[in-house]
Amino acid sequence: MSEVPTADAQDVRTQACPGGPLLVRGAATWVDSDGIEHPVTRPVVAVCRCERSQRLPWCDGTHKFVTRTAPSVA
Amino acid sequence: MQLPAPRGPLSQQVRLVLSGRATQGSMDWSSVTSLPRPADRILHDEDFQLALWMLFELHYRGFDSVDPDLEWDPLLIHSRGMLEASLESLLRDLTADDVRRANRAGGCFTNRLSGLIDELDGGSLATFLQRRATSEQFADFMRRRSIYHLKESDPQSFVLPRIDGPAKVALAELQYDEYGAGRADRLHAGLFADALDALGLDSTYGAYIEEADATTLAVNNVMSLFALRRRLRGASLGHLAAFEATSSAPCRRILSGIERLGLPAATARYFDEHVEADAVHEQLAIRSICAAMVEGEPGLADDVLFGAATCLRVEAIASETLVETWESHQLVEAPA
Ligand code: FES
Ligand SMILES: [Fe+2]
Ligand SMILES: [Fe+2]
Repeated sequence: MSEVPTADAQDVRTQACPGGPLLVRGAATWVDSDGIEHPVTRPVVAVCRCERSQRLPWCDGTHKFVTRTAPSVA
Repeated sequence: MQLPAPRGPLSQQVRLVLSGRATQGSMDWSSVTSLPRPADRILHDEDFQLALWMLFELHYRGFDSVDPDLEWDPLLIHSRGMLEASLESLLRDLTADDVRRANRAGGCFTNRLSGLIDELDGGSLATFLQRRATSEQFADFMRRRSIYHLKESDPQSFVLPRIDGPAKVALAELQYDEYGAGRADRLHAGLFADALDALGLDSTYGAYIEEADATTLAVNNVMSLFALRRRLRGASLGHLAAFEATSSAPCRRILSGIERLGLPAATARYFDEHVEADAVHEQLAIRSICAAMVEGEPGLADDVLFGAATCLRVEAIASETLVETWESHQLVEAPA
Protein backbone atom coordinates (compact mmCIF):
# COMPACT_ATOMS: atom_id res chain seq x y z
CA MET A 1 0.00 0.00 0.00
CA SER A 2 1.37 3.37 -0.88
CA GLU A 3 -0.45 6.34 0.49
CA VAL A 4 0.16 10.00 0.18
CA PRO A 5 -1.49 12.07 2.86
CA THR A 6 -3.37 15.02 1.44
CA ALA A 7 -3.45 18.54 2.80
CA ASP A 8 -0.55 20.30 4.48
CA ALA A 9 1.64 17.30 3.81
CA GLN A 10 4.72 19.10 5.07
CA ASP A 11 3.36 18.87 8.63
CA VAL A 12 2.55 15.18 8.41
CA ARG A 13 4.95 12.96 10.33
CA THR A 14 5.01 9.19 10.09
CA GLN A 15 6.61 6.50 12.22
CA ALA A 16 6.75 2.87 11.14
CA CYS A 17 6.21 0.25 13.86
CA PRO A 18 8.07 -2.97 12.92
CA GLY A 19 5.57 -5.78 12.37
CA GLY A 20 2.73 -3.32 12.94
CA PRO A 21 1.12 -0.16 11.63
CA LEU A 22 2.39 3.21 10.47
CA LEU A 23 1.71 5.95 12.99
CA VAL A 24 0.62 9.16 11.31
CA ARG A 25 0.49 12.53 12.99
CA GLY A 26 -0.79 15.80 11.67
CA ALA A 27 -2.82 14.52 8.71
CA ALA A 28 -6.36 15.79 8.09
CA THR A 29 -7.22 12.88 5.82
CA TRP A 30 -5.63 9.63 4.73
CA VAL A 31 -5.82 8.50 1.12
CA ASP A 32 -5.73 4.72 0.74
CA SER A 33 -4.30 2.75 -2.18
CA ASP A 34 -7.65 2.95 -4.01
CA GLY A 35 -7.56 6.70 -3.78
CA ILE A 36 -10.35 6.86 -1.22
CA GLU A 37 -10.04 9.63 1.33
CA HIS A 38 -10.57 8.79 4.99
CA PRO A 39 -11.02 11.62 7.48
CA VAL A 40 -8.58 11.55 10.38
CA THR A 41 -10.41 12.08 13.66
CA ARG A 42 -7.71 11.61 16.28
CA PRO A 43 -4.34 13.26 16.92
CA VAL A 44 -2.39 10.11 15.98
CA VAL A 45 -3.74 7.38 13.74
CA ALA A 46 -2.35 3.91 13.07
CA VAL A 47 -2.53 3.00 9.40
CA CYS A 48 -2.63 -0.76 8.77
CA ARG A 49 0.33 -2.18 6.85
CA CYS A 50 -0.50 -5.89 7.09
CA GLU A 51 -3.75 -5.45 5.15
CA ARG A 52 -5.55 -7.87 7.46
CA SER A 53 -7.37 -5.25 9.52
CA GLN A 54 -11.14 -5.41 9.50
CA ARG A 55 -11.14 -1.62 9.70
CA LEU A 56 -8.97 -0.60 6.81
CA PRO A 57 -7.26 1.75 6.40
CA TRP A 58 -6.82 1.75 10.20
CA CYS A 59 -4.97 -0.88 12.24
CA ASP A 60 -7.19 -2.91 14.57
CA GLY A 61 -4.45 -5.00 16.16
CA THR A 62 -4.94 -7.99 13.84
CA HIS A 63 -1.29 -7.83 12.69
CA LYS A 64 -0.29 -9.45 15.98
CA PHE A 65 -2.10 -12.63 15.08
CA VAL A 66 -0.56 -12.59 11.63
CA THR A 67 3.02 -12.33 12.86
CA ARG A 68 2.43 -14.51 15.89
CA THR A 69 1.15 -17.54 14.01
CA ALA A 70 3.45 -17.36 11.02
CA PRO A 71 6.78 -18.49 12.57
CA SER A 72 5.19 -21.30 14.61
CA VAL A 73 4.50 -23.36 11.48
CA ALA A 74 6.89 -26.28 11.73
CA MET B 1 -19.92 9.66 46.50
CA GLN B 2 -20.79 8.29 49.92
CA LEU B 3 -18.25 6.34 51.92
CA PRO B 4 -18.87 2.64 51.21
CA ALA B 5 -19.97 0.29 53.98
CA PRO B 6 -17.05 -1.43 55.72
CA ARG B 7 -16.24 -5.06 55.00
CA GLY B 8 -14.04 -5.88 57.98
CA PRO B 9 -11.96 -4.28 60.76
CA LEU B 10 -9.51 -2.47 58.48
CA SER B 11 -12.09 -0.79 56.22
CA GLN B 12 -14.11 -0.07 59.36
CA GLN B 13 -11.19 1.85 60.91
CA VAL B 14 -10.57 3.80 57.71
CA ARG B 15 -14.24 4.64 57.40
CA LEU B 16 -14.43 5.86 61.00
CA VAL B 17 -11.44 8.15 60.58
CA LEU B 18 -12.65 9.50 57.22
CA SER B 19 -16.12 10.20 58.52
CA GLY B 20 -14.63 12.09 61.46
CA ARG B 21 -16.19 9.74 63.97
CA ALA B 22 -12.82 8.68 65.30
CA THR B 23 -9.66 10.66 65.58
CA GLN B 24 -6.35 9.33 64.42
CA GLY B 25 -5.04 9.43 67.96
CA SER B 26 -7.67 6.98 69.16
CA MET B 27 -6.82 4.48 66.45
CA ASP B 28 -4.62 1.54 66.99
CA TRP B 29 -3.51 1.14 63.39
CA SER B 30 -0.70 -1.19 64.19
CA SER B 31 -3.04 -3.81 65.59
CA VAL B 32 -5.24 -3.58 62.51
CA THR B 33 -2.54 -3.56 59.89
CA SER B 34 -0.66 -6.37 61.55
CA LEU B 35 -3.67 -8.69 61.46
CA PRO B 36 -2.49 -11.90 59.86
CA ARG B 37 -3.29 -11.52 56.17
CA PRO B 38 -1.81 -14.28 54.07
CA ALA B 39 0.07 -12.51 51.29
CA ASP B 40 -1.34 -14.62 48.52
CA ARG B 41 -4.89 -13.85 49.64
CA ILE B 42 -4.51 -10.06 49.62
CA LEU B 43 -5.97 -9.82 46.12
CA HIS B 44 -9.08 -11.63 47.36
CA ASP B 45 -9.28 -9.79 50.69
CA GLU B 46 -12.14 -7.32 50.29
CA ASP B 47 -11.53 -5.67 53.65
CA PHE B 48 -7.91 -4.91 52.72
CA GLN B 49 -8.75 -3.82 49.17
CA LEU B 50 -11.65 -1.59 50.20
CA ALA B 51 -9.60 0.11 52.92
CA LEU B 52 -6.85 0.85 50.42
CA TRP B 53 -9.32 1.93 47.76
CA MET B 54 -10.92 4.49 50.10
CA LEU B 55 -7.51 5.92 51.01
CA PHE B 56 -6.50 6.22 47.34
CA GLU B 57 -9.84 7.72 46.39
CA LEU B 58 -9.01 10.79 48.50
CA HIS B 59 -6.62 11.73 45.66
CA TYR B 60 -9.31 11.45 42.97
CA ARG B 61 -12.86 12.65 43.66
CA GLY B 62 -13.02 12.14 47.43
CA PHE B 63 -16.22 11.47 49.36
CA ASP B 64 -19.21 13.55 50.37
CA SER B 65 -18.74 15.01 53.84
CA VAL B 66 -15.16 13.82 54.22
CA ASP B 67 -12.68 16.58 55.08
CA PRO B 68 -10.64 17.11 51.87
CA ASP B 69 -7.51 17.80 53.91
CA LEU B 70 -7.46 14.19 55.06
CA GLU B 71 -5.91 13.49 51.63
CA TRP B 72 -2.58 14.51 53.13
CA ASP B 73 -3.14 13.47 56.73
CA PRO B 74 0.25 12.13 57.86
CA LEU B 75 -1.17 9.21 59.82
CA LEU B 76 -3.48 8.13 57.01
CA ILE B 77 -0.59 8.36 54.55
CA HIS B 78 1.51 6.32 56.96
CA SER B 79 -1.16 3.63 57.35
CA ARG B 80 -1.70 3.53 53.63
CA GLY B 81 2.02 3.09 53.16
CA MET B 82 1.90 -0.13 55.17
CA LEU B 83 -0.94 -1.49 53.06
CA GLU B 84 0.84 -0.43 49.88
CA ALA B 85 4.03 -2.17 50.98
CA SER B 86 2.16 -5.47 51.50
CA LEU B 87 0.46 -5.18 48.13
CA GLU B 88 3.66 -4.29 46.30
CA SER B 89 5.59 -7.17 47.80
CA LEU B 90 2.84 -9.62 46.82
CA LEU B 91 2.85 -8.24 43.26
CA ARG B 92 6.64 -8.50 43.03
CA ASP B 93 6.42 -12.17 44.06
CA LEU B 94 3.56 -12.83 41.67
CA THR B 95 5.50 -11.50 38.67
CA ALA B 96 9.13 -12.25 39.50
CA ASP B 97 9.28 -15.19 37.09
CA ASP B 98 7.63 -13.23 34.29
CA VAL B 99 10.18 -10.44 34.60
CA ARG B 100 13.06 -12.93 34.73
CA ARG B 101 11.81 -14.78 31.67
CA ALA B 102 11.39 -11.55 29.71
CA ASN B 103 14.94 -10.53 30.56
CA ARG B 104 16.32 -13.95 29.64
CA ALA B 105 14.61 -13.71 26.26
CA GLY B 106 16.91 -10.76 25.57
CA GLY B 107 16.68 -8.50 22.54
CA CYS B 108 15.86 -4.83 22.60
CA PHE B 109 13.62 -3.49 25.33
CA THR B 110 10.63 -3.14 23.00
CA ASN B 111 10.88 -6.83 22.14
CA ARG B 112 11.23 -7.91 25.75
CA LEU B 113 8.20 -5.87 26.75
CA SER B 114 5.99 -6.98 23.87
CA GLY B 115 7.15 -10.58 24.31
CA LEU B 116 6.09 -10.52 27.96
CA ILE B 117 2.73 -8.98 27.07
CA ASP B 118 2.02 -11.49 24.28
CA GLU B 119 2.87 -14.36 26.59
CA LEU B 120 0.54 -13.26 29.39
CA ASP B 121 -2.30 -11.99 27.22
CA GLY B 122 -5.28 -14.06 28.35
CA GLY B 123 -8.46 -12.60 26.97
CA SER B 124 -10.77 -15.41 28.10
CA LEU B 125 -13.28 -12.94 29.57
CA ALA B 126 -13.71 -11.22 26.20
CA THR B 127 -14.30 -14.60 24.56
CA PHE B 128 -16.92 -15.42 27.19
CA LEU B 129 -18.65 -12.07 26.56
CA GLN B 130 -18.48 -12.65 22.83
CA ARG B 131 -19.95 -16.13 22.79
CA ARG B 132 -21.80 -16.99 25.97
CA ALA B 133 -22.64 -14.11 28.29
CA THR B 134 -26.29 -13.27 28.96
CA SER B 135 -27.45 -9.63 29.05
CA GLU B 136 -27.45 -9.82 32.86
CA GLN B 137 -23.86 -11.02 32.87
CA PHE B 138 -22.90 -8.27 30.46
CA ALA B 139 -24.49 -5.70 32.78
CA ASP B 140 -22.59 -7.24 35.69
CA PHE B 141 -19.35 -6.86 33.72
CA MET B 142 -20.14 -3.19 33.00
CA ARG B 143 -20.95 -2.44 36.65
CA ARG B 144 -17.61 -3.87 37.78
CA ARG B 145 -15.71 -2.08 35.06
CA SER B 146 -17.41 1.22 35.94
CA ILE B 147 -15.20 1.55 39.02
CA TYR B 148 -12.25 2.20 36.73
CA HIS B 149 -13.75 3.42 33.48
CA LEU B 150 -15.65 6.33 35.01
CA LYS B 151 -12.20 7.67 35.83
CA GLU B 152 -10.54 6.13 32.81
CA SER B 153 -6.91 7.21 32.38
CA ASP B 154 -6.91 9.42 35.47
CA PRO B 155 -4.29 7.41 37.39
CA GLN B 156 -1.71 7.74 34.62
CA SER B 157 -2.10 11.53 34.54
CA PHE B 158 -0.31 11.60 37.89
CA VAL B 159 2.79 10.26 36.11
CA LEU B 160 3.14 13.14 33.63
CA PRO B 161 5.12 15.51 35.87
CA ARG B 162 7.44 12.67 36.89
CA ILE B 163 8.89 11.94 33.47
CA ASP B 164 10.52 14.02 30.80
CA GLY B 165 11.45 14.29 27.15
CA PRO B 166 9.92 12.18 24.36
CA ALA B 167 8.19 9.79 26.81
CA LYS B 168 6.37 12.72 28.39
CA VAL B 169 5.31 14.05 24.98
CA ALA B 170 3.96 10.63 23.99
CA LEU B 171 2.11 10.11 27.29
CA ALA B 172 0.49 13.54 26.91
CA GLU B 173 -0.49 12.58 23.35
CA LEU B 174 -2.08 9.31 24.53
CA GLN B 175 -3.87 11.00 27.42
CA TYR B 176 -5.19 13.73 25.12
CA ASP B 177 -6.86 11.02 23.04
CA GLU B 178 -8.27 9.34 26.19
CA TYR B 179 -9.60 12.71 27.27
CA GLY B 180 -11.51 13.25 24.03
CA ALA B 181 -8.88 15.03 21.90
CA GLY B 182 -10.46 18.41 22.50
CA ARG B 183 -14.07 17.23 22.28
CA ALA B 184 -16.05 16.83 25.48
CA ASP B 185 -18.40 14.35 23.84
CA ARG B 186 -15.47 12.00 23.17
CA LEU B 187 -14.02 11.82 26.68
CA HIS B 188 -13.55 8.07 27.15
CA ALA B 189 -14.94 8.09 30.69
CA GLY B 190 -17.95 9.92 29.25
CA LEU B 191 -18.39 7.30 26.51
CA PHE B 192 -18.40 4.66 29.23
CA ALA B 193 -21.05 6.62 31.17
CA ASP B 194 -23.17 6.75 27.98
CA ALA B 195 -22.70 2.99 27.58
CA LEU B 196 -23.98 2.45 31.14
CA ASP B 197 -26.92 4.84 30.70
CA ALA B 198 -28.02 3.06 27.51
CA LEU B 199 -28.17 -0.20 29.48
CA GLY B 200 -30.32 1.42 32.16
CA LEU B 201 -27.41 1.31 34.63
CA ASP B 202 -26.29 4.09 36.97
CA SER B 203 -23.45 6.16 35.52
CA THR B 204 -22.86 8.19 38.67
CA TYR B 205 -19.21 8.06 39.68
CA GLY B 206 -18.71 5.29 42.25
CA ALA B 207 -22.32 4.08 41.99
CA TYR B 208 -21.35 0.41 42.13
CA ILE B 209 -18.58 0.54 44.72
CA GLU B 210 -20.67 -1.36 47.27
CA GLU B 211 -20.89 -4.41 45.04
CA ALA B 212 -17.32 -4.34 43.73
CA ASP B 213 -15.55 -7.55 44.73
CA ALA B 214 -12.00 -7.69 46.10
CA THR B 215 -10.38 -8.42 42.73
CA THR B 216 -12.16 -5.49 41.03
CA LEU B 217 -10.92 -3.21 43.80
CA ALA B 218 -7.45 -4.73 43.45
CA VAL B 219 -7.36 -3.94 39.71
CA ASN B 220 -8.02 -0.30 40.63
CA ASN B 221 -5.67 -0.21 43.61
CA VAL B 222 -2.78 -1.52 41.57
CA MET B 223 -3.14 1.41 39.15
CA SER B 224 -3.21 3.94 41.99
CA LEU B 225 -0.32 2.26 43.80
CA PHE B 226 1.86 2.63 40.70
CA ALA B 227 0.63 6.05 39.60
CA LEU B 228 0.76 7.87 42.92
CA ARG B 229 4.33 6.96 43.82
CA ARG B 230 7.08 8.56 41.79
CA ARG B 231 9.36 5.61 42.55
CA LEU B 232 6.92 3.34 40.70
CA ARG B 233 6.54 5.51 37.56
CA GLY B 234 8.15 2.78 35.47
CA ALA B 235 5.64 0.22 36.74
CA SER B 236 2.77 2.60 36.06
CA LEU B 237 3.73 3.06 32.43
CA GLY B 238 4.51 -0.64 31.97
CA HIS B 239 1.03 -1.32 33.31
CA LEU B 240 -0.38 1.18 30.82
CA ALA B 241 1.45 -0.51 27.95
CA ALA B 242 0.09 -3.95 28.86
CA PHE B 243 -3.40 -2.55 29.31
CA GLU B 244 -3.44 -0.79 25.92
CA ALA B 245 -1.77 -3.68 24.10
CA THR B 246 -4.40 -6.18 25.25
CA SER B 247 -7.44 -4.06 24.53
CA SER B 248 -8.03 -3.73 20.81
CA ALA B 249 -8.74 -7.40 20.00
CA PRO B 250 -10.83 -8.02 23.17
CA CYS B 251 -12.90 -4.91 22.40
CA ARG B 252 -13.60 -6.37 18.96
CA ARG B 253 -14.82 -9.59 20.62
CA ILE B 254 -16.92 -7.73 23.16
CA LEU B 255 -18.41 -5.75 20.31
CA SER B 256 -19.55 -8.92 18.61
CA GLY B 257 -21.03 -10.07 21.94
CA ILE B 258 -22.95 -6.77 22.09
CA GLU B 259 -24.30 -7.42 18.59
CA ARG B 260 -25.24 -11.00 19.51
CA LEU B 261 -27.18 -9.73 22.54
CA GLY B 262 -28.74 -6.83 20.62
CA LEU B 263 -27.52 -4.26 23.16
CA PRO B 264 -27.84 -0.48 22.48
CA ALA B 265 -25.67 1.47 20.05
CA ALA B 266 -24.26 3.73 22.79
CA THR B 267 -22.92 0.64 24.55
CA ALA B 268 -21.34 -0.57 21.32
CA ARG B 269 -19.82 2.85 20.71
CA TYR B 270 -17.49 2.69 23.70
CA PHE B 271 -15.96 -0.59 22.54
CA ASP B 272 -16.01 0.44 18.90
CA GLU B 273 -13.95 3.53 19.75
CA HIS B 274 -11.45 1.35 21.65
CA VAL B 275 -10.76 -1.07 18.83
CA GLU B 276 -9.18 1.76 16.85
CA ALA B 277 -7.95 3.97 19.69
CA ASP B 278 -6.14 1.21 21.53
CA ALA B 279 -4.47 -0.08 18.37
CA VAL B 280 -2.82 3.36 18.32
CA HIS B 281 -2.31 3.54 22.09
CA GLU B 282 -0.59 0.15 22.12
CA GLN B 283 2.14 1.45 19.81
CA LEU B 284 2.43 4.75 21.66
CA ALA B 285 2.62 3.09 25.07
CA ILE B 286 5.16 0.41 24.16
CA ARG B 287 7.41 2.34 21.81
CA SER B 288 6.99 6.05 22.33
CA ILE B 289 6.40 5.96 26.09
CA CYS B 290 8.03 2.90 27.70
CA ALA B 291 10.93 2.31 25.35
CA ALA B 292 11.70 6.04 25.25
CA MET B 293 11.55 6.31 29.03
CA VAL B 294 13.86 3.32 29.50
CA GLU B 295 16.29 4.78 27.00
CA GLY B 296 16.52 7.87 29.19
CA GLU B 297 16.42 5.99 32.49
CA PRO B 298 17.72 2.43 31.91
CA GLY B 299 17.29 1.68 35.62
CA LEU B 300 13.52 1.64 35.11
CA ALA B 301 13.51 -1.31 32.69
CA ASP B 302 12.68 -3.99 35.25
CA ASP B 303 9.92 -1.90 36.80
CA VAL B 304 8.30 -1.41 33.40
CA LEU B 305 8.26 -5.19 32.95
CA PHE B 306 7.01 -5.59 36.53
CA GLY B 307 4.13 -3.18 35.85
CA ALA B 308 3.18 -4.90 32.60
CA ALA B 309 3.21 -8.37 34.18
CA THR B 310 1.21 -7.11 37.16
CA CYS B 311 -1.46 -5.61 34.91
CA LEU B 312 -1.99 -8.91 33.10
CA ARG B 313 -1.69 -11.21 36.13
CA VAL B 314 -4.11 -9.20 38.26
CA GLU B 315 -6.52 -8.71 35.37
CA ALA B 316 -6.49 -12.47 34.74
CA ILE B 317 -7.31 -13.15 38.40
CA ALA B 318 -10.19 -10.65 38.33
CA SER B 319 -11.53 -12.09 35.05
CA GLU B 320 -11.31 -15.66 36.30
CA THR B 321 -13.09 -14.70 39.49
CA LEU B 322 -15.89 -13.08 37.49
CA VAL B 323 -16.36 -16.00 35.09
CA GLU B 324 -16.25 -18.45 38.01
CA THR B 325 -18.97 -16.48 39.78
CA TRP B 326 -21.15 -16.63 36.68
CA GLU B 327 -20.52 -20.30 36.14
CA SER B 328 -21.31 -21.22 39.75
CA HIS B 329 -24.56 -19.25 39.47
CA GLN B 330 -25.42 -21.11 36.30
CA LEU B 331 -24.85 -24.40 38.08
CA VAL B 332 -27.14 -23.33 40.89
CA GLU B 333 -29.78 -22.04 38.52
CA ALA B 334 -29.61 -24.92 36.08
CA PRO B 335 -32.67 -27.19 36.20
CA ALA B 336 -31.97 -30.49 37.96
S1 FES C 1 -1.01 -3.36 10.90
FE1 FES C 1 -2.31 -3.64 12.59
S2 FES C 1 -3.95 -4.70 11.72
FE2 FES C 1 -2.65 -4.41 10.03
FE1 LIG D 1 -9.81 4.74 26.53
FE1 LIG E 1 -6.50 3.56 25.39
